[in-house]
Amino acid sequence: MTTQMLTYLFVGASFVLYIGIAIWSRANSTKEFYVAGGGVHPVINGMATAADWMSAASFISMAGIISFMGRDGAVYLMGWTGGYVLLALLLAPYLRKFGRFTVPDFIGERYYSKAARIVAVVCLIFISFTYVAGQMRGVGIVFSRFLEVDVTTGVIIGMAVVFMYAVLGGMKGITYTQVAQYCVLIFAYMVPAVFISIMITDNPIPQLGFGSEVNDGSGLSVLEKLDTVLLDLGFTAYTQGSKSTIDLFAITAALMFGTAGLPHVLVRFFTVPKVSDARLSAGYALVFIAILYTTAPAVAAFARLNLVETVHNTSYEQRPEWFSNWEQTGLVGWQDKNADGIMQYSAGAQNEIKIDRDIMVLANPEIANLPGWVIALVAAGGVAAALSTAAGLLLVISSAISHDVLKQTLMPQITEKQELLYARIAAAVAVCIAGLFGIYPPAFVAQVVAFAFGLAAASLFPALLLGIFYKRMNKEGAIAGMLIGLIFTFTYIVYFKFVAPELNSGDNWLFGISPEGIGFVGMLLNIGSACAVSLITGPPPANVQDLVENIRIPAGVAREH
Amino acid sequence: MADQQHTDKGGNQTTDDRQDQPSVSQENLKGYWQANLSLLTKLLCVWFAVSFGCGILLADWLDQFSFFGFRLGFWFAQQGAIYMFVVLIFTYSWRMKIIERQFGVNDDEVTK
Repeated sequence: MTTQMLTYLFVGASFVLYIGIAIWSRANSTKEFYVAGGGVHPVINGMATAADWMSAASFISMAGIISFMGRDGAVYLMGWTGGYVLLALLLAPYLRKFGRFTVPDFIGERYYSKAARIVAVVCLIFISFTYVAGQMRGVGIVFSRFLEVDVTTGVIIGMAVVFMYAVLGGMKGITYTQVAQYCVLIFAYMVPAVFISIMITDNPIPQLGFGSEVNDGSGLSVLEKLDTVLLDLGFTAYTQGSKSTIDLFAITAALMFGTAGLPHVLVRFFTVPKVSDARLSAGYALVFIAILYTTAPAVAAFARLNLVETVHNTSYEQRPEWFSNWEQTGLVGWQDKNADGIMQYSAGAQNEIKIDRDIMVLANPEIANLPGWVIALVAAGGVAAALSTAAGLLLVISSAISHDVLKQTLMPQITEKQELLYARIAAAVAVCIAGLFGIYPPAFVAQVVAFAFGLAAASLFPALLLGIFYKRMNKEGAIAGMLIGLIFTFTYIVYFKFVAPELNSGDNWLFGISPEGIGFVGMLLNIGSACAVSLITGPPPANVQDLVENIRIPAGVAREH
Repeated sequence: MADQQHTDKGGNQTTDDRQDQPSVSQENLKGYWQANLSLLTKLLCVWFAVSFGCGILLADWLDQFSFFGFRLGFWFAQQGAIYMFVVLIFTYSWRMKIIERQFGVNDDEVTK
């Protein structure tokens, strides 16, 4: 069978599986639609959270980004995992005890205010749509590269599949499909990683191979060799960073606090049976995530080393097979600047090789000379990563609309059945908008990823944290804090990314902090202003203080009968 | 709630309350919260130390040490911090269970 046919078979089979699960796990109540009935086992929820969290960017792009950033790539590795510690220690157990359906639900009740709820809904929708646009695009790209259908068709197929299980099954359908998607994506990521590790170091465990000697008899470790080779070509050494310490610090912090404030991740912890399960579940989620996140930097180093070794100073006629395969897609390219017929790779203007960062994962199976079924598996894994994240995001958007905007604010008289119908309609509309973003990507998609994390860190995270740990926090403080954090971060990013992109460099940044890391400053401003405003206004009402007391105690969780 | 029963000292919870507060004394609630905050603080210090400390602020200095073929600062930034995060969450989970039982505020009885 050709690789092409295998790819159709694998991706097709995975779709049949997801849709089968969707039909089996249809949601019949709002509780099932919003939080899967609240009875999901912590390990299952951990796996679903991992799939929810690891997006097309984690699966396809992250190793490539690290590959070219070298040491500085650690901001993503630590930033996107460290947030789970904050989640497990500071937020998840208390939100589970609170036991409602959405993140704005908590903010609305805790701050006894419809205004606070609506501010939270606005933050949530902005964060989630930014994020989902990238996922649909990811689905389209995988389709176009592996199945040779055009991006639009790819996005429409992806939309149809997400529609099936998100609209029918709600959180319940999403949870069980995400478990399947996690299995597909982690297997698809690990198989090529293990083989490329064996190829370069003889060690089958990528995390260990990463520190081992290269098997070419040079006696150098992977990183020593990579440093030497890159320095020779005029790059900075792989193990030396180029970002300033304060910027590394701020970006890592913004990503960590942003992760802990992302609504589609938080809401997953509403689905476990009890408070202690929420803590455990965050631990399992991080284990499942860490498998990929500790492999990615190893893949990044192997791929970069392999790239230099096999491509640099090779005549174009003898280029490796993967290079010629991927040339057609435009992801790799060669321009013979000095007309010698030999490919030269270097840091300066004489560089002749164009490499897209996504190639590091996508071409891995071919680089490691793996059979066609592994390539097919990587395609199915990329689709799984994109679909699972898209579905989780679409669900929080639709529940914020049907539950927080309609049921809790605009039309409180609707029955549960009507609310469920509105939730399905909202999910359907959200799928279509996300699809449009995928087909006609706004030019700024790549630019605004910093938004999602920065805004989550600067708006939602402090409101949740203070709501749990600072009983005196009142609605005036929380609303002021969210607005100040949001406006500050939004303005800073828009200014440097869109208004004056020519000024976007270290000399002009506030304290030398890039727009990617400014969410951390926004968060500090939020907390500072919220506390100040709260202290000059009155304490929250007694019933709210009782609510805070109540959520701090694990015993007595509301449960299904 | 009428069917509420008290906790025995061995930690075997028999409370059967739903939305209501469990029947726990004010001192126990306070003690539990203090114990939780102190555990949280310690673990968050470790969290900060392994990521921002070893992975960023002290990374250049740690690079002089070698660890399984890695420079130590680099290893923390790209591997070690992540492993420590996992350990921290399970430690918190495990210690909290003990603290909750000690103060009679656990959720052991709740099943789905």
